[in-house]
Amino acid sequence: MKKYTFSIYRYNPDVDNAPHMKEYTLEMEDSQDLMVLEALIKLKEQDPSLAFRRSCREGVCGSDGMNINGKNGLACITHLSSLKSDKIVIRPLPGLPVIRDLIVDMSQFYQQYEKIKPYLINDDKTPPARERLQSPEDRAKLDGLYECILCACCSTSCPSFWWNPDKFVGPAGLLHAYRFLIDSRDTATDERLDELDDAFSVFRCHGIMNCVNVCPKGLNPTKAIGHIKSMLLSRAV
Amino acid sequence: MVTAAATFGRSGSHDFILLRASAIVMVLYSLFMAGFFLSTPDVTYQVWSGLFANIWMKVFTMLALSSVLIHGWIGIWQVSTDYVKASGLRAFIQLVFSVGLIAVWLTGLFVLWGV
Repeated sequence: MKKYTFSIYRYNPDVDNAPHMKEYTLEMEDSQDLMVLEALIKLKEQDPSLAFRRSCREGVCGSDGMNINGKNGLACITHLSSLKSDKIVIRPLPGLPVIRDLIVDMSQFYQQYEKIKPYLINDDKTPPARERLQSPEDRAKLDGLYECILCACCSTSCPSFWWNPDKFVGPAGLLHAYRFLIDSRDTATDERLDELDDAFSVFRCHGIMNCVNVCPKGLNPTKAIGHIKSMLLSRAV
Repeated sequence: MVTAAATFGRSGSHDFILLRASAIVMVLYSLFMAGFFLSTPDVTYQVWSGLFANIWMKVFTMLALSSVLIHGWIGIWQVSTDYVKASGLRAFIQLVFSVGLIAVWLTGLFVLWGV
């Protein structure tokens, strides 16, 4: 048998004056390797008051983003064995207001996402009868962008987003912004760039790549942001 | 779009370009001064004032001081809008640094004027 010790951030604003860390232990067979989410579900059997979000349990819905041993990630696709420690510290995603325990208020994150108009804009007066066709080369430009599941692991690991969550779009929003900027079917490129060309929305990214380090889908928001900066700068000079 | 009146540039991309252009000028000036000190074993008053008597050196120095002003202005604005949340304190910090940077620039101008 092996034993894991969990230290989990607990805060219920109805009961607690301040957040605190609570210790739990979990024993399992040596051959067993659970995901962090499975461990949390077992801990919730011990203590039903423990609150966290989860849904698909396979890294698709992005509900269970949390800070695991200091690094943001999805609990459902993080093996306990990958943490290389029998002591596991779990906190909510940093920088966002905590609703309860590991559940954060994602409103600011979604407001930034809404700001970049995350939908195709096409002012073609005569839309095609069936669908807007795209060459395989143009379609390939969307790879590495459309896969984002909006789990917020990247944006909440970004100091620029921590300091200005109301003004800096953040890596997730900017990855989506570039997904539409580079889409051959979208005709609102200039308007989108106009909206981003202030001192905060894009240019607060200083390229420290925390977002790339934590993205559970292996995406590269810093690269996408670099492309947006290049598009903005090529208009400016 | 987020408006940001207290920064130096007209837009995010303008700030970005100003920061990098001013950094290039400061690096060139630093390299020139390092080269000057390395190649001049005995820096006397005559050698020093002779260097700054050249019109190109005055222009180069004022370009470097202008770069310090622009780079510092944008930099302090960026850092203070990241870390200082109280708007009154942030305005005070920006005022102190901006006035200080302008004072450095003016001091350079009047010193060079007299050489």
